[in-house]
Amino acid sequence: MLAKRIIPCLDIRNGKTVKGINFENVVDVGDPVELGAKYAREGADELVYLDITATVEGRKLFADLVRRISEHLNIPFTVGGGINQVEDADILLSAGADKVSINSSAVRDPGLIDRIAGGFGNQFVVVAIDAQFKNDGWTVFINGGRIPTEKELFSWAREAQERGAGEILFTSMNHDGTKNGYACEALRDLSSLLSIPVIASGGAGRKEHFVDVFDHGCADAALAASIFHYNEIPIPELKDYLKQNNIIVR
Amino acid sequence: MKVAIIKYNAGNIRSVDHALKRLGVTAEITDDPDAIVSADKVIFPGVGEAATTMSYLHDRGLDRLIEGLSQPVLGICLGQQLMCSWSEERDTKCIGIFDQPVRRFPQGLKVPHMGWNSLDLVRGKLFDETLKGAYVYFVHSYYVPVGEDTAAETGYMIPFSAALQKENFFATQFHPEKSGSPGEKILSNFLQL
Repeated sequence: MLAKRIIPCLDIRNGKTVKGINFENVVDVGDPVELGAKYAREGADELVYLDITATVEGRKLFADLVRRISEHLNIPFTVGGGINQVEDADILLSAGADKVSINSSAVRDPGLIDRIAGGFGNQFVVVAIDAQFKNDGWTVFINGGRIPTEKELFSWAREAQERGAGEILFTSMNHDGTKNGYACEALRDLSSLLSIPVIASGGAGRKEHFVDVFDHGCADAALAASIFHYNEIPIPELKDYLKQNNIIVR
Repeated sequence: MKVAIIKYNAGNIRSVDHALKRLGVTAEITDDPDAIVSADKVIFPGVGEAATTMSYLHDRGLDRLIEGLSQPVLGICLGQQLMCSWSEERDTKCIGIFDQPVRRFPQGLKVPHMGWNSLDLVRGKLFDETLKGAYVYFVHSYYVPVGEDTAAETGYMIPFSAALQKENFFATQFHPEKSGSPGEKILSNFLQL
């Protein structure tokens, strides 16, 4: 049986793993390669590395980092942040990334999804969507949740799929950082609407939240950051708990 | 030992190279026919679309070259599919080492079949009993049905060929280079053939 995936997410700035809230109080939480390898040993199914660097020098560091990650990691990994054109994706693919994640750049230029998928295959493109629920609807945001758009979550997710996305990574801004659980209801609707896998993001705080997101949210994978970085929920313990609750994990 | 990784227009060949390096083997990524023919082991990786890739291989004579190899050859993912006779993906005639069609998954579950799935049945030289039930990493929308050359089976809606073996030809639908320690075991078994 296909297993549900647990995906730690690492934010990278200038080649280091960092953790902060809204880009403030950013603290260094370790070497990205070592941390990734540690998660892989502990049973992480995939990793996501997001480059939050804004400078040209930082971008070069990130491509070098992707090469080092690929040399050391024996599980798949996705990279995202600052991919605005096919060439950016190509550099990361050549460096050894298995998938790229695009977010704001896809909203601004939806054809980017078609072009990356056309060049490298659907499996290579993860479309990440940040959305906020307000007044009976889910509004898509860009620029790290700072700018609202005209797009609505479900229609945008469907368009992304039709354009060639291989997966959708949905972050609920209402749930992100709360540690009160994932946006299971919206995830469930998204999962039934789409024929591609859905990765849940935002809200993980306790082991029960992962059972909920797989059982009720029908997610194919669950992403989390701080609970893993601060070892609040060790991955082996989480996997054991999921198995006890009849969720198929490896 | 000389290992050649066939270089062509397929994504992520680099990660196969890195996986071999972790096993202490330096491979040559090449499309030079002499280098491929003279290698002790040949790996035919692949991520991408069948028709475009087949026409690329055909234009360079690499399809016939692969078919004629006599050393152990390992096809990975699209590599496995292209070693079959025909693919439903844009009605593509393939190399034809394995007398098997390649079909698209039926409607039902999500496609691509993406993530970790278990090897429910294993046989042949790449596998031992410890790998039965092991989880390996898949990303694909097309599959090879179970047939006489099937060396491992996995289930996704239906049982399909997770691996094939016939004479000196081996192939996996999953990515051993991305499949943690079971994947390393399988690659290492191939290198020891």
